[in-house]
Amino acid sequence: MRQKLASLSLQLLLAVAASLVFAGANAAGGSNYPMEAFDADLEDLPSLQNGYRLYANYCLGCHSLKYQRYERTADDLQIPHEVALEQLVFTGQLIGGLMTTAMDPNKAKEWFGAPPPDLTMVTRVRGPEWVYNYLKTFYVDETRPFGVNNKVFPNVGMPHALLELQGVQREGCLQVPEIAANGGERRDPLVAGQTITHEQCGLLYVEEGTGLYSAEEYDAAMYDLTNFLHYVAEPSRLQRQRTGVYVLLFLIILGVFTYLLNREFWKGVH
Amino acid sequence: MSDSSSQPSSNKPPHAGVRFMEWLDARFPATETWEYHLSKYYAPKNHNFWYLMGWIATVVLVNQLLTGIWLTMSYVPDGVNAFASVEYIMRDVEYGWLLRYLHSTGASAFFVVVYLHMFRGMMYGSYQKPRELIWLIGMAIFVVLMAEGFFGYLLPWGNMSFWGAQVIVSLVGAIPVIGPDMMEWVRGDFLMSDITLNRFFALHVVALPLVLVMLVFVHFVALHHVGSNNPDGIEIKDHKDENGVPLDGLPFWPYTVTHDIHATVIFLFIFCAVVFFAPEMGGYFLEKPNFEVANPLKTPEHIAPVWYYTPFYAMLRAVTYPLLGVDAKFWGFVVMAGAIVVPALLPWLDRSPVKSIRYKGNWSKWMLGLFVVAFFILGYLGTVTPSTWATILSQVCTLIYFAYFVLMPWYTRIEKTKPVPDRVTSL
Ligand code: HEC
Ligand code: HEM
Repeated sequence: MRQKLASLSLQLLLAVAASLVFAGANAAGGSNYPMEAFDADLEDLPSLQNGYRLYANYCLGCHSLKYQRYERTADDLQIPHEVALEQLVFTGQLIGGLMTTAMDPNKAKEWFGAPPPDLTMVTRVRGPEWVYNYLKTFYVDETRPFGVNNKVFPNVGMPHALLELQGVQREGCLQVPEIAANGGERRDPLVAGQTITHEQCGLLYVEEGTGLYSAEEYDAAMYDLTNFLHYVAEPSRLQRQRTGVYVLLFLIILGVFTYLLNREFWKGVH
Repeated sequence: MSDSSSQPSSNKPPHAGVRFMEWLDARFPATETWEYHLSKYYAPKNHNFWYLMGWIATVVLVNQLLTGIWLTMSYVPDGVNAFASVEYIMRDVEYGWLLRYLHSTGASAFFVVVYLHMFRGMMYGSYQKPRELIWLIGMAIFVVLMAEGFFGYLLPWGNMSFWGAQVIVSLVGAIPVIGPDMMEWVRGDFLMSDITLNRFFALHVVALPLVLVMLVFVHFVALHHVGSNNPDGIEIKDHKDENGVPLDGLPFWPYTVTHDIHATVIFLFIFCAVVFFAPEMGGYFLEKPNFEVANPLKTPEHIAPVWYYTPFYAMLRAVTYPLLGVDAKFWGFVVMAGAIVVPALLPWLDRSPVKSIRYKGNWSKWMLGLFVVAFFILGYLGTVTPSTWATILSQVCTLIYFAYFVLMPWYTRIEKTKPVPDRVTSL
C-alpha cells in the first residue's frame, strides 16, 4: 500500500512535469466512444488468475501471447505448475514454452479477413482502457460477417468470443434519467418518486437472460481479463516499481552524504 | 635496484607508495596528468548549475555504453527475431527490463542534458574566442548523437522504428537526380529490410559510439587547454597570484569534483524516477506503436519521431513550397539539416565585444528568449498531425529560429552592452 502510494505520487509528479513540457497528448485514434475508466491492480492475484483462466479458455485459441512464457505467468500469478499444466497449457506444450497458438495465420486471415494479432503488448499499444471498453462493447449488427460490431473498434473482424458469458447485447434507444444541476437524478415534482427521463439512442443493453453472467459479473470478468493483459504486457512492472522505491530511498540517503561531503570541502571558500 | 635507493641524503627509505609513483612517473605521465587535469586545473569559482551539464552528459554517456554492451549480449539484429529478442530481454533476462529502460531513458536524458549544455554555451558566449574549437567539436558530437539515436531507434524493429526510419530515409530519395539511387544505397535494399537493420546495428553499436567517445575525448583536451568560461564571460587566467594560480579559480580536485558528485546523485534521482516509474513517459520516451512489431503493410496512424527530434522535424514539415522544380520535401530536408548545423557558425556570427548574456544588450536577450520559445513551440508542433495553423505556426517559428543566427552579426554590433567586471561576480 505504502509503495503503491509512493509510486502513484511519483507518477503523478512526473505526469504533471511531462504534460508541462509537452502540452500535446497522443491522439488515441479510432472512434470517439466515451470510454469507461480502467484502473489496473496488479497486486490483486485472484483477479489476475481469473483473467488468465478466461484468456486461456476464450482467447488463446486465436490470439497468441508469444513473447510470454507459461512458466513465468504461472509463477507470477502463484499458480502451481501442475495446475497450470493441467488447465492452462495447451496439450503438447511445455511449461517453459512461449504462449503461442496452434492457429495457422494464413487460414486465420482467410477466416477473419485479418489474422488475430498477438496480444502480448496490446495494452501498451492501445492502453488498458481501450481493451476494457473493447471487450464490453460488442453489439449485434447483422450487416457484419460475424453478426457483431464494436463501439471502440468499428467494423472489427473478430466475433464476440464472450457471447455466452455476456449474452446478446444490442444497440438501441433507452429512457435515461435526466441529471439535475446538483448531479442527482431529476425527480418529477408532481408524481412522488418518479424520475424524469428522456430518450437517448446509440446505447447498449443486454437482452435479459441470454448470458451466463449478470451485467455486474460480466464487467468484473472483463476487468480481470484486462488486468491480466495489462500484467502480460509488462510482467516486470511490479518488480520495477518496488525496486524503484528502494533505489530512490538509497539515492536520498546517498545524497545527504554527498551534500555533507561537498559542504566539508567548500567550507573555507567564499 | 632502482636509482632512488642510491641516494644517500636521507637515512629513511621513501614510503612504498612514493616509490611506486616514482617508478610509474618514469614510465607514464601519471602525476603530471593528475596535476594538469585535476589538482592544478583551475575552474572559475562562479560556476553555476549550467556548468554541471557537461559532467552529467559524461555520466549518461557511460550509462549508454555500459547498458548498450549488456543489451547487445541478448539482442538479435535480424528482421525476424529483433522484436522478440527485445521482449526476451524485457521478460526472460535477469534485470533485462532495467538494462533496457536505463538505455531508452538514457537516450532521452542525453538530449535533455545536451540541449541544456548547448544553451549554456549560447547564454554565456562559450563559443567565442578562444573556445571556438570546443564548440565545433561539440557540434560534431551533437550531429553524431542525433545519428546515433536515429540508428538505435530502428533496432527494436517496432512499427514506429520501421516507419520512422522509412520517412527519414525517404528524404534522401527527394534529392534531385541521384536521390532514388542514393536511397537504395543507404537502405541496402529496395525497402527497409534485414539488410538495413544490420547496417544500422553496426553503426549504432560500433562505429558511432567509437566516434562519439573520441570526439568527447578531444572535447576535453581542447577544453583543458584553454580552460572553462563562466557565467560572467571573463577569463580567470587574466588575474593570477604570484604562483600563477588564477585568483578566481579553484582546483578541479577537490572542488569541482565534490560539486559534480552531489549533482550526479540529484541527477540520478530524477533519472531513476523516470526509469522505475514512467519509462514510457506517456509515449514520449517509448512510443506506443513501437510495442507492435514492424509491419510494412500497416502505417501507424500518426508518425512522429521521438521528442528530441521534433523541433527539427517540425522545420522539415514547415517547408511546403516546391522550388526550382524540386519537391518541397527536398527543401524541407535542406532546412532541417541547416537548422541542425547552423549553430556551428556562432563563433563567427557573434560580433559582440562581451561574451555573457549578462552584459549583452537587449537585442541579444530578446533574440535568445524568442529563440528558446520558438524551439519549444517547434518541439510541440513536431509531435502533432499537420494542420493549417500548425504549418503556419511552424513556418513562423522556423523563421525566428534562423533569424536568431542570421541577424546576429547585426544586432550584436549595434546594441549597447554593459561594462564587464574585472573579476568574477557571484553565481
Ligand atoms: C475466433 C478467433 C478469435 C477469438 C476467440 C478472439 N479473437 Fe480477438 N480478434 C480476432 C481477430 C480476427 C481480430 C482482428 C480484428 C481486426 O483487425 O479487424 C481480433 C482482434 C482483437 C483485438 C484488437 C487488437 C488490435 O489491437 O487490433 C483485441 C484486443 C482482441 N481481439 C481481444 C480478444 C480477447 C480478449 C479475446 C478473448 C476473450 C479474443 N480476442 C478472442 C479473433 C479472435
Ligand atoms: C556527449 C556529449 C558531451 C559531453 C560528454 C560534453 C562534456 C563537456 C564537459 C565535461 C565540459 C566541461 C564542464 C561544463 O562546462 O559543463 C564541457 C564544456 C563545453 N562543451 Fe561539452 N559535452 C558534450 C557535448 C557538447 C555539445 C553538443 C556542445 C555544443 C555544440 C558542447 C560545447 C561545449 C562548450 C562550448 C564547453 C565549454 C563551456 C564553457 O567553458 O563555458 N558540448 N563539455
